[in-house]
Amino acid sequence: MSHIEAEKSAIDERTEAGVPETAAKPRSGLSEFWYYFSQNKGAVIGLVIFLIIVAIAVFAPLLAPHAPTIQNRDALLIPPMWEEGGRSAYILGTDPVGRDVLSRLMYGARFSLFIGVVVVILSVSSGVLLGLVAGFFRGWIDTVIMRVMDVILAFPSLLLALVLVAILGPGLTNAMIAIALVLQPHFVRLTRASVLAESEREYVTSARVVGASRLRLMFVTILPNCLAPLIVQATLSFSNAILDAAALGFLGMGAQPPTPEWGTMLAEAREFILRAWWVVTFPGLAILITVLAINLMGDGLRDALDPKLKRS
Amino acid sequence: MLRFFLSRLALIIPTFIGVSIISFAFIRLLPGDPIMLLAGERGMSAERYAQLSAEMGFDRPLVAQYFDYLMGILQGDLGTSIVTRRPVLDEFFTLFPATIELALCAIVLATALGIPLGVLAAVKRGTWIDQTVMGTALVGYSMPIFWWGLLLIILFSGTLGWTPVSGRISLLYFFPPVTGFMLIDSLLSGQDGAFLSALSHLILPTIVLATIPLAVIARQTRSAMLEVLGEDYVRTARSKGLSPRRVIGLHALRNAMIPVVTTIGLQVGVLLAGAILTETIFSWPGIGKWMVDSVFRRDYAVVQGGLLLIAIIIMFVNLLVDMLYGLINPRIRH
Repeated sequence: MSHIEAEKSAIDERTEAGVPETAAKPRSGLSEFWYYFSQNKGAVIGLVIFLIIVAIAVFAPLLAPHAPTIQNRDALLIPPMWEEGGRSAYILGTDPVGRDVLSRLMYGARFSLFIGVVVVILSVSSGVLLGLVAGFFRGWIDTVIMRVMDVILAFPSLLLALVLVAILGPGLTNAMIAIALVLQPHFVRLTRASVLAESEREYVTSARVVGASRLRLMFVTILPNCLAPLIVQATLSFSNAILDAAALGFLGMGAQPPTPEWGTMLAEAREFILRAWWVVTFPGLAILITVLAINLMGDGLRDALDPKLKRS
Repeated sequence: MLRFFLSRLALIIPTFIGVSIISFAFIRLLPGDPIMLLAGERGMSAERYAQLSAEMGFDRPLVAQYFDYLMGILQGDLGTSIVTRRPVLDEFFTLFPATIELALCAIVLATALGIPLGVLAAVKRGTWIDQTVMGTALVGYSMPIFWWGLLLIILFSGTLGWTPVSGRISLLYFFPPVTGFMLIDSLLSGQDGAFLSALSHLILPTIVLATIPLAVIARQTRSAMLEVLGEDYVRTARSKGLSPRRVIGLHALRNAMIPVVTTIGLQVGVLLAGAILTETIFSWPGIGKWMVDSVFRRDYAVVQGGLLLIAIIIMFVNLLVDMLYGLINPRIRH
């Protein structure tokens, strides 16, 4: 039983024993989390923007006024509708081959969120597993894992991702694998540090004395109590993954044209920057807004999950 | 103290070996045969293949190849560029000053703005000043810098025409490099306007590269200051009747600087990663652009050597930061 559960059952026992409720009812874990999260206005704004982006991504086929890859030869580099020469059919204008910028951005949201989710799942699962093993078994296996992580961290992340993609071949899947590999050491380090700290606690010793197996100790006893910093790091990695994937796309090593990925869109638009500001401005703005929303949420999560910052 | 230094030094040896294995493995992991890659589309005869294979040591066992490679590195031999036929190390040292110049300007800008802004936000905690500074910092931290660079080009180079779009200095000026730093060389050249030209080329790339470190330093300074401002010795200093400026500047800031110095040191990796994008956008002839160009030109000897050199630089800077941290914060030594 984790110490959180122990605390909870202790509270339950007290209320069952008929202790008069003087203060407000103790909040459940989720509502307590929401209480602290919602204290941070920026985090709530971030969450709302993020949910809107998710909705746009999910319903892109319904919302987008045009197909994302259809080229319209009559409408090359049309400015946004409020500019002179703009047309109401193309709200944010068109790109050099006559594709609707708004529709491409909407479909692009799918790619960015997909990249974020896949990268986070890959790097969290492998990172947490390695971190648990390193922190739990210690000894030579710990040394080997941590030195390998040091090696990965010795390279600038984008450079390593770029080189990995050069090896694997350009494309979205390989870009995601490369970024996951580059982000993973942070999870290993964080998990290992938490495991080392938690292993010394009494609840772990008691579980061990009771005869819990190693696997149970690792995954059931210790891991749930290391989750808070991991969740915050996962949020940061989500936004980093989107940024790095866009950067790789921009360098021509990520998603390949005509995929409406935001970074790739920027790369395609680069030579037109001085003639058509909109083909450059909007994809970057989409990246910035998405990443900003996620980082705002990350700050709120840190406030809500970090017990040191909580005002009791 | 010496023991602390030696133990830190010993720690980077396995990292160095790991880094060298990765850069060694890189060429061998590429799809296709490294020798056929050299030949390109022309192809080659079987005899020539065997001859090249023997020349480059590819016919020997992998472990022997690795030790040859390692010995080469230790003697400063990082291979030869397939495109320019120049030794990789020579190319690196020709281009590296451009990157250092840009990175130094960026880190100076980021520190000079980031620390005062972070202190201001901490002192004015909860006010609109704090919220504005931290809001801007979060935007900077979330910024796709390759897009930020393009926006600045649109505004300052395109619309306003204030700054040049690319390069380190106008083509009007030519002088042999002395230090490799364009700002210094242009001054030394004595040519009218050369320094201003170099400076105007440097402004936009510096702003772009400084954006993320600036945001990180401001956020870190603020949280370090908030932590220190709550300490007993700050309260004591206040209650002694010292002026707020003295309390903040002398007592609080000096202690808050310890984690901030580490943060600044750790930005070196961020700067080198940022240099890849910044140099590509502004056609800045440094090692970031060199690496990207080499990946595209399939000049794998350069990619391999550059990867190793950049990792070694980051390792040593991290070691330096670690040691500096040990010097200013004696607690860490034990």
